[in-house]
Amino acid sequence: MLSDSIRNIRTIAKRELMGYFNSPVAYVFIVIFLLLNGFFTFMLGGFFEIGEASLARPFFNWHPWLYLFLVPAAGMRLWSEERRTGTLELLLTMPVAAWEAIVGKFLACWLFLAIALALTFPVVATAMYLGSPDVGATAAGYLGSLLLAGAYLAVTVMTSALTRNQVISFIMSVVICFFLIFAGWEQVTSLAVRWAPDWLVNTIAAFSVMPHFTNFQRGVVELRDLVYFISVMVFSLFTTSVILRNLRGA
Amino acid sequence: MITVENLVKEFGPKKAVNNVTFSVQRGEILGFLGPNGAGKSTTMRMLTGFFPPTSGKVTIGGHDIAENPIAAKKLIGYLPEAAPCYSDMTVRGFLAFCAEMRGLSGRAIDDAVNRVAGLCFLESVLHQSVDTLSKGYRHRTCFAQSIIHDPEVLVLDEPTDGLDPNQKHEVRQLIKRMGEKKAIIFSTHILEEVEAVCSRAMIIDRGTVVANGTPSELKAKAEGAGSVTLRVFGTAAETVKSRLSSLMVAGKVSVSSGNNAVNARVFPRDKNVNGELAKAVAELTVKEGWKFDELHTEEGRLDDVFRAITLPDTVKARND
Repeated sequence: MLSDSIRNIRTIAKRELMGYFNSPVAYVFIVIFLLLNGFFTFMLGGFFEIGEASLARPFFNWHPWLYLFLVPAAGMRLWSEERRTGTLELLLTMPVAAWEAIVGKFLACWLFLAIALALTFPVVATAMYLGSPDVGATAAGYLGSLLLAGAYLAVTVMTSALTRNQVISFIMSVVICFFLIFAGWEQVTSLAVRWAPDWLVNTIAAFSVMPHFTNFQRGVVELRDLVYFISVMVFSLFTTSVILRNLRGA
Repeated sequence: MITVENLVKEFGPKKAVNNVTFSVQRGEILGFLGPNGAGKSTTMRMLTGFFPPTSGKVTIGGHDIAENPIAAKKLIGYLPEAAPCYSDMTVRGFLAFCAEMRGLSGRAIDDAVNRVAGLCFLESVLHQSVDTLSKGYRHRTCFAQSIIHDPEVLVLDEPTDGLDPNQKHEVRQLIKRMGEKKAIIFSTHILEEVEAVCSRAMIIDRGTVVANGTPSELKAKAEGAGSVTLRVFGTAAETVKSRLSSLMVAGKVSVSSGNNAVNARVFPRDKNVNGELAKAVAELTVKEGWKFDELHTEEGRLDDVFRAITLPDTVKARND
């Protein structure tokens, strides 16, 4: 049974991933992702000015904002396209469980994002050429960045199941991801504590990706941060399965 | 292979399918007829496990589709109504994907793709991207997908829609051939198709089955089925009418004359007696020495039955 599930997930993921690379989407996405990364890191992040060979601030700092638009753009079509063209009916009448299809699509897009992220290696190479960055911290930063992309992507998978319109799917996931950043962004929380009780600010901030991502960025890998990101993904993907079930009029 | 018991589907307050019960055995081809919006596609979506029914039960080859969906779905090949395909793939890629999802691997995938490409005349477009295909090819690609794993049960929602007459003929022949070993259910608007292909036909209207039988049984229900038409020359209409009326087996007789000929139509007294009427009319014609150039029994037309038992849209709209 389990091997059947793995097989189904792999088949769906393979099709989905090939779909990215068979169209210009993948190349446009990767080029824009790398250009923006370079721009933020070297121009706005002041990579050369700060005078230390560290990626934490100049590089990873921008990822929550960069992903805010790019991840929904990469994932917005995952289910909405299936709904629009009617292939959803084809897919879900094959001998495959809905969760296998959800996981397969999610993994395909996550792998695609991982490929894009891996292509930022010249930034690391530059830092290593100029000095000796903390390898462990850099690896933790990459792990955090990948988990962050996964969390955003899971939200996008969920919103794309809600509508047959890709644009609506995109906007909804941007709004939700924006909330996930904003709720725990220091600039916001420090303002909020002036008028809201601490417990409320803390509760809302606990939903945010920021404190968790910041830990990775500093090179700290903690279990509770891993649990946070995995929970966001599991919750969103589970909600996707509920949405798909309701769609079929259960 | 397919059994459906008391199937009901409600969308909000609207009952799309209301208490439908039927079964299809191996070797049977069931034609599923009905006006637009009668509940054909909804029923098929429940058969294939896409929609869960509000109540009722569907079993495919003994597997309940609600309780054991994977085992049931493995036995089914399904062509959805709009014939959807992944348009960013090539025809070959799409069919290979479907084969893989159906549990085939390696060489078996290539063999299956080549087999269905042959059956559905897709060889020339195998390397083309699906979104460059014309409607007919796209439709056949989706049809090919439904038979790629040689399923025991085929559910086809309007399989000949969008095909040209030659392709329609080919697809019908294909369905007919496959029907010898499989249980097939297909929906259509085209009534000749039912006569040409199906071993049984079912008419559904506003969610309810209103007729179920072999095509000839259904045709017998048509008004005028079993009546005999006769055309006689050089005899007065009155004479023809009175002689025909005197026949034991004859019921109502209507005659009209024009162009030197008399057209008579004799309805049987008892609709269930077959063939007697035509024989009696023929004997009478010979005995009287009438000159005639036409004598035949009306079979009844499926169109008439269809129109008689399904309400036209306009009437429906008024009732709603």
